[in-house]
Amino acid sequence: MKPVYLRPKSLTGTVTHYCPGCTHGIAHRLVAEIIDELDMQGKTIGVASVGCSVFAYNYFDVDFQQAAHGRAPAVATGIKRVHPDKVVFAYQGDGDLASIGAAEIVHAAARRENITVIFLNNAIYGMTGGQMAPTTLPGQKTTTSPFGRDTAGQGYPLRMSELLSTVEGAYYIARCSLHNAANIARAKRAIRQAFSNQIQGKGFSMVELLSTCPTNWRMTPGKALEWVEKEMIPVYPLGEFKIGEGE
Amino acid sequence: MSEPILMKGNEAIAEAAVRAGCKFFFGYPITPQNEIPEYMSRRLQEVGGVFVQAESEVSSINMVYGASGAGGRVMTSSSSPGISLMLEGISYIAGAELPCVIVNISRGGPGLGGIQPSQADYFQATKGGGHGDYKLIVYGPSSVQEACDLMVKAFDVADKYRNPVMILGDGMIGQMMEPVVFPGVTSESPALEKPWATCGNEGREPNLITSIHLDPEVLDAHNWKLYEKYKAMERDEVMYESYYEDDSEWFLVAYGTVARICISVMEKMRKEGTKVGLIRPITLWPFPKAAFDEVVDSAKGFLCVEMSTGQMIEDVKLAVEGKTPVYFYGRTGGAVPIPRNIEERVLDMISGKVPVVTDYFDNIHGGGGA
Amino acid sequence: MNHRIIMAGFGGQGVMLIGTLLTYSGMREGKKVSWLPSYGPEMRGGTANCAVCVSDRPIASPVVTEPSAVIAMNLPSFDKFSKILVTGGSLIINSNLVNVENIREDIKPYRIPANDEAVNLGSERVANMICLGGLLGVEGIVSIDTVIEALPEVIQERYHHLLDLNEEALRCGYEMVQEMK
Ligand SMILES: Cc1ncc(C[n+]2csc(CCOP(=O)(O)OP(=O)(O)O)c2C)c(N)n1
Ligand code: SF4
Ligand SMILES: [Mg+2]
Repeated sequence: MKPVYLRPKSLTGTVTHYCPGCTHGIAHRLVAEIIDELDMQGKTIGVASVGCSVFAYNYFDVDFQQAAHGRAPAVATGIKRVHPDKVVFAYQGDGDLASIGAAEIVHAAARRENITVIFLNNAIYGMTGGQMAPTTLPGQKTTTSPFGRDTAGQGYPLRMSELLSTVEGAYYIARCSLHNAANIARAKRAIRQAFSNQIQGKGFSMVELLSTCPTNWRMTPGKALEWVEKEMIPVYPLGEFKIGEGE
Repeated sequence: MSEPILMKGNEAIAEAAVRAGCKFFFGYPITPQNEIPEYMSRRLQEVGGVFVQAESEVSSINMVYGASGAGGRVMTSSSSPGISLMLEGISYIAGAELPCVIVNISRGGPGLGGIQPSQADYFQATKGGGHGDYKLIVYGPSSVQEACDLMVKAFDVADKYRNPVMILGDGMIGQMMEPVVFPGVTSESPALEKPWATCGNEGREPNLITSIHLDPEVLDAHNWKLYEKYKAMERDEVMYESYYEDDSEWFLVAYGTVARICISVMEKMRKEGTKVGLIRPITLWPFPKAAFDEVVDSAKGFLCVEMSTGQMIEDVKLAVEGKTPVYFYGRTGGAVPIPRNIEERVLDMISGKVPVVTDYFDNIHGGGGA
Repeated sequence: MNHRIIMAGFGGQGVMLIGTLLTYSGMREGKKVSWLPSYGPEMRGGTANCAVCVSDRPIASPVVTEPSAVIAMNLPSFDKFSKILVTGGSLIINSNLVNVENIREDIKPYRIPANDEAVNLGSERVANMICLGGLLGVEGIVSIDTVIEALPEVIQERYHHLLDLNEEALRCGYEMVQEMK
C-alpha cells in the first residue's frame, strides 16, 4: 500500500501542547514540509519566539534558538550573519511581532535581512490567557478589552503585512489563512516562496498566517475557523503585498 | 471595620491601588500578574481612570514617566522579564524624581525562566537594577492583606519622596486568595499638590521633568541630594517584624511568602522546645538592619531562607557584620522550600553540621529536597 | 482545627470552584483561610489543583505539602497527591475516573462514583460538588449549611438556575460517605 500522508522528516513527532483546533500545528507542518521539499533540514536554524509557539523547538527536528519576547528577528539576524549559507527562520505570534517586537521586525525588513519570518496572527495573546493584541479586531472582547476593543483609546488593528510592504528593504510579504484546505495550500506556496527567496539570497521575506485560538476566542474549533473567514479576512485581506522589487 | 472579602492577591492589589486613588495604569501582559491589568481594564473605567495596554514594558514604564511627570497617580505591574525591560525607565524616573508604584509579581529566571514563584529579583529590586546611583523603596508583602495595605502606603511614600516604590511579591501572593479588608481610603482621597508637574504653565514659570545634568558639578549635587533622600528613607521608612527576639538564640530570616513558611516551622519547633525566632524584613530596601542590631549579641546563628540561590543573605551578613554566623537554605525556579527541609536545616545549624556561609558559593542549595 | 486540603482534577472538572467555595465558607464561619491554585500552561488540558487551608489560627503557610485531606477527581491527581497525604488522612476519590485497587493502608479512602451520581442528578458538571459534599461529610471543616448558603455568592450569576442542583449534589456526597465512615 502506498502511503499518501506522512509526517515530514523535519518534524520530530512529539505530540504538541497546542489546544484542540489550534492552527499553530498546521503552520508547523507547512514549514516542515517546505524544509523537507527544499532539502534543507540539516541546514536550517529556527528561532522560537515567546507565545504559545515558544516550545516550537520540541516539534521541529532542526537546530533552534529561543529568543526573548519580540526579539526573534534580531536573534535571527545574529545567526544569519554568522551563517549566511544556512536557512534561518523566525516563527512569531502577533503579540510578539506586532507589539513588543514591532521595532525589530521593521528594522530586519529595512536591512533586507536575508531571513524568513513566519508570522502567526490569531488576533490575541494566546499564551498569557487571551489579552488584547495589536491585531485584535475592533469590538473584539478579550480579557483586557472586556467591553470589546474600543478604537477610541485602544486603537485600531495593525496590518503588519501592509505596513512592512512599504519598507523598501522588504523583499517578499504575503498574507494567507489557515482556515480551510484551499487556503492552506496557498499558504504553503507562499511559505515555499519565502524560503526559496532566502536560499537565492533575495532577502527579507515574511508570510503572515491568519490563525485560530479557539481557547481564548471561547469558540469551538469549527466556529473559530468560520470566524477567521467571516471576521478576520475582511480586516486582514489575503494576498501578496510585495514581490521582489530591487535587485 | 468592613467585612472581609475573599480575593485573589493580584485583584486585591489592583483594588487597593484604585482605592488609594490610582487613576492611571499602564502595563503589558505577563504571567503570573495578568489579573492586575485585567482587573484594571474593567475597574478604572468605573472610577474615571485610564487603563492603557502598552506595546511593551519599555513603553509601559515610559508612559508611567510621562503620566507621573504630568502629576497623575500612576502605577504599572509586571513580572520578572518585564521588569528587566523597565529598568532603563525606572532609572530615568528615579533620576527625574517622579513618584510611581511598580508591582513585580516575580517568577523564576534568569531569561524566560518559568512562571512559578521566585525571589530571585531581590538584587534587581534592591541594588538598583538600572544604571546610576538610585534606590527604590521595596516592600515584600507576605499576605494578600499586607500587599493591599502596602499598596496604599506605597503611593503615599512615593509622593512623599518623589521616588518610585516597588512592591515585590511573587506568583504565590499574586495567585492566592485570602480574605482582605480594604483600608478606608477611596479613589476620592485628595491627591497631593504637585507644583512641579507639567500641566501647562499658565501663570507661572515652565516646569521641567528631566534627568540630564551634563555639568559634573550639577550632577554631583543632584546625586548627593538624592542620597540625602535615601538616607531619610533609611531613617524613617524601615519596616520589619521580629518574632521571639527576646528568648531566641537561633533565627530564621525570610521575607514575603517564604516568611510564612518559616513561621510555621518556627511555631512547630517552639512547641517541641527549640527556641527559634524569626526576622521578617517588610522593607527590603531600606533593609531593616535595626532588627539584627537588637539580637545580634545574643544570637548564635541566622538561617536565611529564600527562593533564590542566596541574595538577601548578603544584606543579612552586612547587618550582622560578622558577629554571628549566617547560614542559608534556598530553592529556586518555582520550587518552594518546604517546612520539613527548613526544620532539618535549622537542626543542622544548631548541631553545627552545616558550614557557615563565608562566600557566595558556600550557599547550601536545596536540590534533592522533596 | 487546622485543615490543609488539596483538591485536584482535570481543568474543567471544577476543582478551583469547590476550593473557592470551601474557602469562602470557612471565611463566613470566622475561620482563617487561604486558597492557592496551580497556575500556568499546566492548566491547559492538564490537571489543575488548589490548596485550601481552614484553621482557627492564622495560616502560616498557604503551601500544602502534607495535606490532611485530598479530593482526587482523576487518575493523575490520585497518583500525585495520594502519596503526600498524611497518615490517617482522608482521600475522597472520584471512583468513576480513578479505578485503582491498591491504596495506601494508612489513610482513609472514600470511593464515590461522582460522575455517575452527578448524571443521575441531572448534570455531570456537579461531580465536583458531590466530592466536596463527601469531604464535608468525613472531615467536617465547615457546616454544609454554610456551604449551601455560600453557593449563590461564589457561583456566577449566569449559573444561578443551577443552584438547587448544586445543593442536591453537595447533600448527595455528604450522605454517601456517612455509610462508609
Ligand atoms: C518581556 C516579556 N513580556 C511579557 C511576556 C509574557 N508573554 C508571554 S507570551 C506573550 C504574548 C504572546 O502572544 P502572541 O505573540 O500573539 O502568541 P500566541 O500565544 O498568541 O501564539 C506575552 C505577553 C514575556 N514572556 N516577556
Ligand atoms: S491558547 Fe490559543 S494559540 Fe495557544 S495553543 Fe491554545 S488555541 Fe493555540
Ligand atoms: Mg497571538
